[in-house]
Amino acid sequence: MNSADTAFVLVSAALVMLMTPGLALFYGGMVRSKNVLGTLMQNFIMLGVIGVQWALFGYSLAFGPDVGGIIGNLDWLGLNGVGLEPFKAYSETIPHQTFMIYQAMFAIITPALITGAWAERMKFSTFLVFIILWATLVYDPVAHWVWGDGGWLKGLGALDFAGGTVVHINAGVAALAAALVMGPRKGWGGYGNGAEAFIPHNLPMTVLGAGLLWFGWFGFNAGSALASGGLASTAFTATHLATCAAVLSWTGLEWIIRGKPTSLGAASGAVAGLVAVTPAAGFVGPMSAIIIGLGAGSICYLAVLAKVKLGYDDSLDVVGVHCVGGIWGALATGLLASKAINSAGADGLLFGNPQQLVIQTLAVGVIIVFSFIVSWGLLKILDATMGLRVTPEEEVAGLDLSEHQEAGYSI
Amino acid sequence: MKKIEAIIQPFKLEPVKEALHQISIQGMTVTEVKGFGRQKGLREVYRGMEYQVDFLPKVKIEVVASDEKAQAVVDAIIDKARTGRIGDGKIFVYPVAEVIRIRTGETGEGAV
Repeated sequence: MNSADTAFVLVSAALVMLMTPGLALFYGGMVRSKNVLGTLMQNFIMLGVIGVQWALFGYSLAFGPDVGGIIGNLDWLGLNGVGLEPFKAYSETIPHQTFMIYQAMFAIITPALITGAWAERMKFSTFLVFIILWATLVYDPVAHWVWGDGGWLKGLGALDFAGGTVVHINAGVAALAAALVMGPRKGWGGYGNGAEAFIPHNLPMTVLGAGLLWFGWFGFNAGSALASGGLASTAFTATHLATCAAVLSWTGLEWIIRGKPTSLGAASGAVAGLVAVTPAAGFVGPMSAIIIGLGAGSICYLAVLAKVKLGYDDSLDVVGVHCVGGIWGALATGLLASKAINSAGADGLLFGNPQQLVIQTLAVGVIIVFSFIVSWGLLKILDATMGLRVTPEEEVAGLDLSEHQEAGYSI
Repeated sequence: MKKIEAIIQPFKLEPVKEALHQISIQGMTVTEVKGFGRQKGLREVYRGMEYQVDFLPKVKIEVVASDEKAQAVVDAIIDKARTGRIGDGKIFVYPVAEVIRIRTGETGEGAV
């Protein structure tokens, strides 16, 4: 046991917790004012729902004693046996309970990311059922494969420092399934053809949310070292530099393509950079991090433009930012990882080990296929039974009034 | 008595307010409004989605003045709110039937 490590991971857990309300503000500013509380609520309630799910059985499924590399068993149901002694497979220097509560914050923010895809139209009751099922049937198994003791992808040697695959690709692919199954918002007509305007109602809120995400992400990435020291510093530095670079490349590219650099572009670029550096943070040096960030800002911006052409209404661009940014980050880790930075990691293609890129691609592919199929199936079943969407009248009135009987702003 | 209602560019509110103070206008009501005239709207882009925004932000000033003073108010607004470019706005002048100060019950020009 080490008190510095324990303090560091507990503070990191608090930082990651703040990301969920930060994400709520990031998303909340991008919707129309009649849906601001509905959007904030879908994120905020996640702290309650998944927080309890995690303690009851989620943690045991994700990190509990391994069953065939696929899932944890139920030995740790209700956190039974998750005590104050370290569990050596995860960390030798912090209490098992500290590791559990740190991981709880990851389990909470991952389904929260998906909420951007169905913003402004999903029924709250169905939403609650979906996130509990998704956390249990998608997040918990995938977390086990990649991070759990005995997980099969961990055994293959896939590198994912803080959750590029488990969190971002996983949520981003579920978001794609959601946008496809639910269909576009009423009046959404795609690109420049006189369709109804879906203008963000409060971009200052979005920029504030992006700032809180950036701040909290230091806990997400540096905290994933699970120890205070050099590795945490490596991850912290890489996280920051990639994000700085992504802000520049997103705004720079839109300045070239559209003629103006926008504040929404700067905020989006920051999140794209944070997503992409997440799997790489503890394995790459500062200059590699800048390359990852430059790539993230430009690739994600182009992906967001492509959405408009492809015509699926992923309202707040979860696919373009989290799925595409996550894939870029996971593959970039296979290119740029270096044992000189982290001897416990591996070398990437550019450091003489092409095999790592193959492993990274495999891990990405497996998670895309699994998450898409299960998410699609769950959404189809819920659509047929409970209905995914509010009625057209309720959609026009807005989620604040129809789902929560309140208004975000009044005189 | 006349009511002068002027729709002007938002950034012209301060100079217009100052000019009305200068000619001893003691009160006014200001509202942030949206609308369009010949200027039409503008285009905004959010993450590559381009929207035509038809209603532009303007400020509406409402002032009530005696018949003698009304022309001075109109002149002051024209003088300060004009840039000479499209989108400077409009002034409407209406007759006012009655004015009542709620606190005292006074009526007519003394209540303005």
